[in-house]
Amino acid sequence: MNNNMKLEFLAISDNEKFARTAVAAFITQLNPTLDDIEDVKAAVSEAVTNSIIHGYKNISGNVYITCTLRESEAEIVISDKGCGIENIELARTPLYTGSKDSERSGLGFTVMETFMDAITVESVPDKGTTVTLVKKINSPSPSSL
Amino acid sequence: MDITISIKKNVLVVSLSGELDHHTAKKVKDITEEAIKNKSVTNLVFDFTNLTFMDSSGIGVVVGRYKLIDSLGGRVAIVNSSASIDRLFTMSGIKKIIAVRPTLSGAINYLQEEIS
Repeated sequence: MNNNMKLEFLAISDNEKFARTAVAAFITQLNPTLDDIEDVKAAVSEAVTNSIIHGYKNISGNVYITCTLRESEAEIVISDKGCGIENIELARTPLYTGSKDSERSGLGFTVMETFMDAITVESVPDKGTTVTLVKKINSPSPSSL
Repeated sequence: MDITISIKKNVLVVSLSGELDHHTAKKVKDITEEAIKNKSVTNLVFDFTNLTFMDSSGIGVVVGRYKLIDSLGGRVAIVNSSASIDRLFTMSGIKKIIAVRPTLSGAINYLQEEIS
């Protein structure tokens, strides 16, 4: 299995559901469990929401997703060309939020870290942020089919 | 996102159906706060039985309303039976301040217990 897809969409909250649903539909090719699908949907939702409210601060821009399927893992790269993150370590701290909106729980990166097998964050101030998520998908062995 | 407001045994019940994310969170916040303001009840149940997806935006919505209800002297409980949503509750530590019950009657009974 080696497959790849790309998405580009406007950074508006209406597209959060579209983004996580599209990625979830694509990874079904790896025969994930329902838990795997829920994990990926939650992590993608967090990354896309971060791009919309922190990267672009609700102003216009695009979010880009690349999803690559390999033998037993899905790699999802979510990037924006927004304001970037000054201090990635601080941004990843549980309960920290860079938002003045008190409705934000500060748990976005914690969800990604908890539900994915690997996460890397690259960011350049005023250039944008790229989050790479890896989820191991354990396809059933031939003997168990 | 469909939101249904009802009052059962003097408890405000906010039932959500659909997906709770950043996009739908504001509607849930606004409708819940309006109901808290207009109804003369102090205790609140969020019924997530028909919620099919939630991310950390949902935690923000619940904690925000918990703070409001707490300041009014009331208590909050959540109805949930979804394993994936439960993992978010566990991860966030929200269960330390808000009771999560598998059924609506269980949540309402919890709120009506005397605080010992």
